[in-house]
Amino acid sequence: MAGLELLSDQGYRLDGRKATELRKVQARMGVFAQADGSAYLEQGNTKALAVVYGPHEMRGSRSRARHDRAVINCQYSMATFSTAERKRRPHGDRKSTEMSLHLKQTFEAAVMTQLYPRSQIDIYVKILQSDGGNYSVCVNAATLAVIDAGIPMRDYVCACTVGFVDETPLADLCYAEESGGVSSLALALLPRGGQIALLQMDARLHQDHLEALIEAAMTACKGVSKVLDQVVRQHLQEASVNSAE
Amino acid sequence: MLKSKTFVKKTRSGGVMKIVREHYLRDDIWCGSESCSECKQESTVLQRDACIESNLCPYPHYLIPDTNVVLHQIDVLEDPVIRNVIIVQTVLQEVRHRSAPVYKRLKDIIHEKEKHFYTFTNEHHNETFVEREPGESANDRNDRAIRVAAKWYSQHLKTSKSDPDGLKVVLLTNDQGNKEKAEESGLLVYKCEEYIKSLIANPELVDQLALSNDDKNEITSSKMLFPEHLPLSRIQAGIKSGSFLQGTFRASRDNYLEATVFVQGEGEDSTEVLLQGLQNLNRSVHQDVVAVQLLPRDQWVAPSSVVLQDEGAAKDDDAEEEEDRALRISAAEAARKPTGKVVGIIKRSWRPFCGMLNVSHIKESTRHLFTPADRRVPRIRIETRQASTLAGQRIMVAIDGWPRHSRYPNGHFVRSLGSAGDKETEQEVLLLEHDVPHQAFSQAVLSFLPKMPWSITPEDMVKREDLRHLTVCSVDPPGCTDIDDALHCRELDNGNLEVGVHIADVSHFIRPGNALDKEAANRGTTVYLCGKRIDMVPELLSSNLCSLRSDVERMAFSCIWEMNHKAEILKTRFTKSVINSKASLTYAEAQMRIDDTTRTDDITKSLRGLNKLAKILKKQRIKNGALTLSSLEVRFHIDSETHDPIDLQTKELMETNSMVEEFMLLANISVAQKIYDEFPDCAMLRKHPAPPPSNYDILLKAAKSKSVEIHTDSAKALADSLDMAKVDNFPYFNTLLRILATRCMMQAVYFCSGMDSDFHHYGLASPIYTHFTSPIRRYADIIVHRLLAVAIGADSTYPDLMDKPKQSALANNLNYRHKMSQYAQRASVAFHTQLFFKSRGILNEEGFVLFVRKNAIIVLIPKFGLEGTVFFDTKDKATPNLVFDEEGPALKVEQHTFCIFDKVKVTISLDDSNIQHQKIRMSLIHPVIPGVSVPAPDVEPQAKKPKLDR
Repeated sequence: MAGLELLSDQGYRLDGRKATELRKVQARMGVFAQADGSAYLEQGNTKALAVVYGPHEMRGSRSRARHDRAVINCQYSMATFSTAERKRRPHGDRKSTEMSLHLKQTFEAAVMTQLYPRSQIDIYVKILQSDGGNYSVCVNAATLAVIDAGIPMRDYVCACTVGFVDETPLADLCYAEESGGVSSLALALLPRGGQIALLQMDARLHQDHLEALIEAAMTACKGVSKVLDQVVRQHLQEASVNSAE
Repeated sequence: MLKSKTFVKKTRSGGVMKIVREHYLRDDIWCGSESCSECKQESTVLQRDACIESNLCPYPHYLIPDTNVVLHQIDVLEDPVIRNVIIVQTVLQEVRHRSAPVYKRLKDIIHEKEKHFYTFTNEHHNETFVEREPGESANDRNDRAIRVAAKWYSQHLKTSKSDPDGLKVVLLTNDQGNKEKAEESGLLVYKCEEYIKSLIANPELVDQLALSNDDKNEITSSKMLFPEHLPLSRIQAGIKSGSFLQGTFRASRDNYLEATVFVQGEGEDSTEVLLQGLQNLNRSVHQDVVAVQLLPRDQWVAPSSVVLQDEGAAKDDDAEEEEDRALRISAAEAARKPTGKVVGIIKRSWRPFCGMLNVSHIKESTRHLFTPADRRVPRIRIETRQASTLAGQRIMVAIDGWPRHSRYPNGHFVRSLGSAGDKETEQEVLLLEHDVPHQAFSQAVLSFLPKMPWSITPEDMVKREDLRHLTVCSVDPPGCTDIDDALHCRELDNGNLEVGVHIADVSHFIRPGNALDKEAANRGTTVYLCGKRIDMVPELLSSNLCSLRSDVERMAFSCIWEMNHKAEILKTRFTKSVINSKASLTYAEAQMRIDDTTRTDDITKSLRGLNKLAKILKKQRIKNGALTLSSLEVRFHIDSETHDPIDLQTKELMETNSMVEEFMLLANISVAQKIYDEFPDCAMLRKHPAPPPSNYDILLKAAKSKSVEIHTDSAKALADSLDMAKVDNFPYFNTLLRILATRCMMQAVYFCSGMDSDFHHYGLASPIYTHFTSPIRRYADIIVHRLLAVAIGADSTYPDLMDKPKQSALANNLNYRHKMSQYAQRASVAFHTQLFFKSRGILNEEGFVLFVRKNAIIVLIPKFGLEGTVFFDTKDKATPNLVFDEEGPALKVEQHTFCIFDKVKVTISLDDSNIQHQKIRMSLIHPVIPGVSVPAPDVEPQAKKPKLDR
């Protein structure tokens, strides 16, 4: 078997997208009534559920509490049925722990934690189906959940992965692309100010290409933010209609 | 629009995995036609007036070929006449899976602007995507997809109002079923053949059509290429009943379609069975033990003298069949040999092979072919994701298996050795390829070394004679650090001469059975490469404690003769001793001392005495019929810093060389006699069998061509007639003849005296012979030392020493290591020769024709001792008219006839087109044959080294 051709000469990717095109993003907010905020987000075949509790008093050891801001607690997990082969350990492995930490960093940068001293905000994200770009889908879902919970943020945090194939940056990689030996980069952006909340890459890439890649990632993130904005607006509209009734 | 694609796939580990992928359908994929006004494309590929003049289609049209047409008729598609072709993505993908070379060619065509080939991404177009229906095979679905795409085009172009002439699309397919279905749906469809024949302007295209049966609609090629191997039980039954023969498979170096199986018969008679053609070779790999079945006598063939190399991936089966045929021609009845086919493999001898990766044409492909450095091993297909890093490196690959339907065996990547062309890497390759153990000595081995500082103790002296007072000296090549022999000569009071040969007493340090001994026995010999030595024993011994350096006390094993002035041996004595060498000289220094009449010191006198005796000994030996053969050996001057060869010259032989040699021979013969007398059953001896008469054919024919008679009845007759062989105006003739004679000889081998009856050493004309004189670098000598020590009561024996079968097994290993080390040495010289020629650029040299082959002559350049082949049929050039005369042997190229010994002029350059097998390329300058020889290129003046400013 010849390997997969990630980008054809005509400029189409494996699934028919062009290099800069995102996968189809669909989202719903307020999917659970009991949590303070929740959202469900699909980005192509990657599906994630995010739930937010808080801000509330510190639970567990109070020593972790900060007098000037809220502590954000993130937990990332993957459903056992989220991959082609059943996962043995849904959370707590090294990868999940790392991902939780990344999410925490991202949201500490975005949420206005100083408004809630000595309190805690919990963000739980679960990947229901995984098809590449898990981190960015989690960030996007969690953003919606945080908004749903009514916690003030500086801006939407939008994330997107970008890969580099044939001198071309590919936005929003799917699993087949991620595993095809592409050096990829994940970026979380606060789009209005253009501030980077998190940038992560663990592959080799020539420095000359880095700028182009970040540029592409930022464009992609801005694309995501537009979609999220729409979702939020629609949700609010529905909510206001409901409450008016 | 979004479609989800779901399919199951088998994973590499054998499990079944469900794979879900998204599949986006788009409405922004354009048709690529100039005449289309609907599509919002920026640039178009397909022309408005797409005219290929054809009887069938007199109107402008675009062609849509299906997968099989592309695969089989790529030659036609490449023709400049064929333009305006739509390659559907489905076809492109299928071609990519089926054949990498065709895919590469197709891509090249698509990139060529003049050809107007357009790739239509039908799989992602929302109107042309088709889903696989239940029960529909993948091939049928793809065919349908192509038809749907064609249909879409024909409608799309019709609706384009701007085009009144009605541009049409024509589907080309060779598949009858597909054609009928296409006609049903109202498409214009032709068979490729029909269409090409209808072209008015270009009848010659028909010739390029590949023949293919019409109904070859199977896309997957699960064709079985090889017959099945028989199970072991049937093979054994067959061997017992005599219908099969068991033997070792030896692939031919020059021709990948040919091999021999060496069948060891009862006792002496062993036969060789010839195998020809891939089918008959049946997946055997060099050195496998196989079972062969003889073919009926009328199918026997002669070994072909054509040089064929498997050039590989680009070749289809058809081409191979042609080559098969090329093999079959020729062969006079007499030259035919027993021919057979492999029916089963008894034992594989697969080891990791060194070589290089041929990176596949498809960039993302994970399957690549690997070309082993050893030409006798077939290419191996491996799967790797790091092809781009491995390209240009020497790697090791192990074979995993060879399925019946696969042209090449499958294997996997083992490790990388480093980048090709690197001296270190190349050396590693050559050691690995020749199975030379070259890793550092283990701690266990080193623990048996004597502790430093070391000195001779009184206990050591108990059984040793003190010879420290003697004027002993050693004579060796320059730069030699492992000095294992030293000599002395002095006049006795009775007027006779006492001559002593003192050999390093290695067996004192290497005690039988310990790790050090086992390691040395396994290594068997020290291997000398250019600029590197792979020691048999650790350096402390080889270059220090055992090395008979000057002015230090060393233990030795001495062989002392009393001779009269006619060099007749009166008395022979062996003893363990302690010596103190007075001087370690080089051959040149020793020669100078002998020649310098003003010097009269003890060393010089001793040397003169030795030299005088050696001359007499040599004369006697030659009188007895010892052969003086010739082979050119080259020596490199190596740059001391970069270790690159700077200059190359053939080794010179001086009188002193032969002086040392004579006494070594004498010592060896004396020792052989002694140990054989003492241990008739288990002496380690060395024999050199007389070659069978047929070996001399080449020599005789060659001599005859210059009307010189050579007698080969006995070694003496051969030696005498070689001495007589002289041709006027051709002083080099004799050397050439001796080189040829060397090639006729058999290999000398070690053996255990109890296991054999023929002891004769043909080359030295000695009834018995062994190796005693180089224990530092040969393990056989250590065994001989031990035997001799036991014989004179200086040491005790041990069970393995007296065990015939064990001795014999040891001798076999030593023979194998010895042979391999020689090959490694040669390969090392070849590599350095290449480095040398690389630095020197192109050279013009004179040489002599050494052999004549069917399509080539082999030329020897005496100046460099270099042999090279001048091919007359190069792939990219038209073959000149070649007539080969087997009797001569002579080769007539156009008007000129080449005979053996002809003087030619060639230009030498390094051919590094194939990085793995860089080789010296020779091409003919003189005699001038139009179309064959090349004009003499200007020799680049050697760049002068910049002078240092002081």
